[in-house]
Amino acid sequence: MSRANEMTFVGRRDFLKTSATLSAGLCIAAYVPELAAASPESSGKGFAPNAFLRIAPDDTVTVIANHSEMGQGPYTSLPMLVNEELEADWSKIKVESAPVDAAYNHTVFNMQMTGGSTSTPSEWERLRRMGAMARVMLVQAAAQQWNVDPATCHVKKGMVIHNVAGKRASYGSLVEAASKLTPPQSVPLKDPKDFTLIGKPVHRLDTPSKVDGTAQFGLDVRVPGMLFALVARPPVFGGKVASVDSAETLKIPGVRFVEQIPSGVAVIAERYWAAKQGRDKLKISWDEGENAQLSTEKMIEEFSRLSASPGNVAKKTGDPVAALAGAAKTITAEYDVPYLAHAMMEPLNCVVDLRADNCEIWTGTQFQTVDRLNAAKVAGLPPEKVQIHTTLLGGGFGRRANPVSDFVVEAVHVAKVAKAPVKVVWTREDDLAGGWYRPMWHDRFTAGLDAHGNPIAWTHTIVGQSIMQGTLFEGFTVKDGVDGTSVEGAADLLYGIPNLQVDLHSPKIGVPVQWWRSVGHSHNGFSVEGFFDEVAHAGGKDPYELRLKLLADQPRMSAVLRLAAEKAGWGKPLPAGQGRGIATHFSFDSYVAQVVEASVEKSGNVRVHRVVCAVDCGRAINPDTVEAQMEGGVIFGLTAALKTEITLGRGRVQQKNFHDYQMLRMFESPAIEVYIMPSEENPTGVGEPGVPPVAPALTNAIFAATGKRVRRLPIRASDLAGGSEGKS
Amino acid sequence: MTSFVLNGKAVTVDDDPATPLLWVLRDSLGLTGTKFGCGMALCGACTVHLDGQAIRSCVAPLSRVEGKRVTTIEGLSNNLSHPLQRAWMEVDVPQCGYCQSGQIMSAAVLLRENPKPTDKAIDEAMSGNICRCGTYPRIRRAIQRAAQMAAEKRTP
Repeated sequence: MSRANEMTFVGRRDFLKTSATLSAGLCIAAYVPELAAASPESSGKGFAPNAFLRIAPDDTVTVIANHSEMGQGPYTSLPMLVNEELEADWSKIKVESAPVDAAYNHTVFNMQMTGGSTSTPSEWERLRRMGAMARVMLVQAAAQQWNVDPATCHVKKGMVIHNVAGKRASYGSLVEAASKLTPPQSVPLKDPKDFTLIGKPVHRLDTPSKVDGTAQFGLDVRVPGMLFALVARPPVFGGKVASVDSAETLKIPGVRFVEQIPSGVAVIAERYWAAKQGRDKLKISWDEGENAQLSTEKMIEEFSRLSASPGNVAKKTGDPVAALAGAAKTITAEYDVPYLAHAMMEPLNCVVDLRADNCEIWTGTQFQTVDRLNAAKVAGLPPEKVQIHTTLLGGGFGRRANPVSDFVVEAVHVAKVAKAPVKVVWTREDDLAGGWYRPMWHDRFTAGLDAHGNPIAWTHTIVGQSIMQGTLFEGFTVKDGVDGTSVEGAADLLYGIPNLQVDLHSPKIGVPVQWWRSVGHSHNGFSVEGFFDEVAHAGGKDPYELRLKLLADQPRMSAVLRLAAEKAGWGKPLPAGQGRGIATHFSFDSYVAQVVEASVEKSGNVRVHRVVCAVDCGRAINPDTVEAQMEGGVIFGLTAALKTEITLGRGRVQQKNFHDYQMLRMFESPAIEVYIMPSEENPTGVGEPGVPPVAPALTNAIFAATGKRVRRLPIRASDLAGGSEGKS
Repeated sequence: MTSFVLNGKAVTVDDDPATPLLWVLRDSLGLTGTKFGCGMALCGACTVHLDGQAIRSCVAPLSRVEGKRVTTIEGLSNNLSHPLQRAWMEVDVPQCGYCQSGQIMSAAVLLRENPKPTDKAIDEAMSGNICRCGTYPRIRRAIQRAAQMAAEKRTP
């Protein structure tokens, strides 16, 4: 998710390249935050050469992870970067989440956060340097003790070794001596051909704790004297409490207080269950405000109306108007996708212990710096007096990087009235109705084809809310009325079409929206690749061949497209009733192509049989994680394609829980094959790029199987009744 | 007072007997491996065993377990030795990991009743457990692998 997209404007790829030289800065790195240096096992005797690692006398190496673990694997891939250079014994590596401190700021975004599929790419150079710095100092410490030249020593599996002198010393035995040395000003990095860890499939360090119940998520945090709270929030976005009758609530054993806070009414109790029962008994009358008339149907009509005229221009090449006028054939189509909730399996929660002069927060967050600033304002404390303990995240997908820190700020408000440590828990119903959705979008396309069926003009009008307007990122993400994240994956179309215009309308609607796994690519991937398929068919072209032809100057995308097509057996016969669809998408600097095999039952029910995914994400740090993220991305994308939508009627969110906001389940989950393109380029995004291509590859497969073009998500059985037999 | 056997040990709690078992386990007994995902028996994150059968603890009142045996993820083994845990580690199933206690507890009942499940049997047994990260392909692989490990153990 998230902020990578602003780089659309500052040239993200260039930025990441140059950031390698800007980043790290050993002067910053050599500073060690107090909280990171302190640890039970080191009790002051450890070696903490920089903010990112600490070595204890017992050889334990603790890597301090500045990116949150929400399933995408940084608690393994970041230590891999450190240890490629450190060369400690991998079995001695532990991971700890970083405290909030400027030392842990993102190397590109200059704040502590996890998003934009950047955790590993942004640390690619810095963490290897941190590991190298420690190794150099350990070697120097050993060499001094042995009175030999450090250059004659080498390291292996947590030992410094001097062959001639026949000496060996474990890293743990050297921590005291190494701590007294001055960190080196510069450290060389290995030639990639000498990598022993990077590029090999490595077992995740967090797996054992996730199979025996010991993994600690935010919801599992307990602090002494802690109370539990649920908050009743308005049924309409922006609504306010008019009056509260809490008499019945206060009769529930264990309920301590009912208090009004800015976001609603908090029920504070000794246990979750008492708070839940208490909240169910509240009688609140709401002043619903101006959003009480919002309806999805009306919004779709309005979006379609807006799309009939061009919006603010995001990209213009050639003369699309003239080219359309002169085209041998034109086609036009409209696409729709709905609001989507992130629906992480772990509902939002936040523990706050607010004291007179400081505040401690425990939560699974992607947005430490922003959360600290927002929490400090509400707590009335300087930011440095607010500390956040980042737990494991039971899914994030962007929701836990909230621009106004909604779930953290609310918990601080609750703590203020609770006058005790408190854990605010959201129910699934709270989560789904709580807003901050992926926006709904409407797209109108027109394409012009020449006499040979080749596309010569492409116009694309996009309608949907800006996720950046009104946030602190607006300044560098919104330019000339265009939110770069609204048009990503559309304005940067890789296909060579000589006359192109992409423009944008950004209506303001009172539904809070934000980044959702793959952000703008999540909708533009679908509409662009679906319409491209229409263009291919309109021109009598094979959808794979036309893509390949128009990607002639895109070698990396061409290569993954060929790989996916080859592995899928593009062009080879399929069982009767099945169709094959293909799509490509470039996002977060990675190239992905997917082929889907699907069929449609007579009822209109779609069955997905097989998904082939090829990815070029530069050098794969942990190939097994890349594979897992592609698998997960495909399933996440299929859930959006086949299942989910958030709709509003009379201003109210109409979905309540997993019965009406359904996730793809195991019996619906296809066979997924992932092929990683070998590469020596710098690593690029992995967490999100698997999502965008799967919905269009599926709808393109449905077209191949049935002759029916799906232009709105989620796919509805009612749009496909007759199934594969209905193909004309 | 409600008494039951939890992971092999007798326990007595004084929570309201209508309290869902999930919250008794998590908040009163401090066993947080069992997770809250929906509160309506829709997602399976709270799956535990009641006298050997998989139940959704978020909708099971405490009164239902009086005198019975409850097993949670913490009681599956005390050293990661259960074939499902070993297979889950070998295949590296979890991503965020939040749903995995429930997945493993559902799979444990499947394997006891059907030691050599087909993929179809796995799909049927496991479709009550949602994974938002999309680890389904690996869960399938890991269950097959655990079945194999258990079989190897039975016939040395």
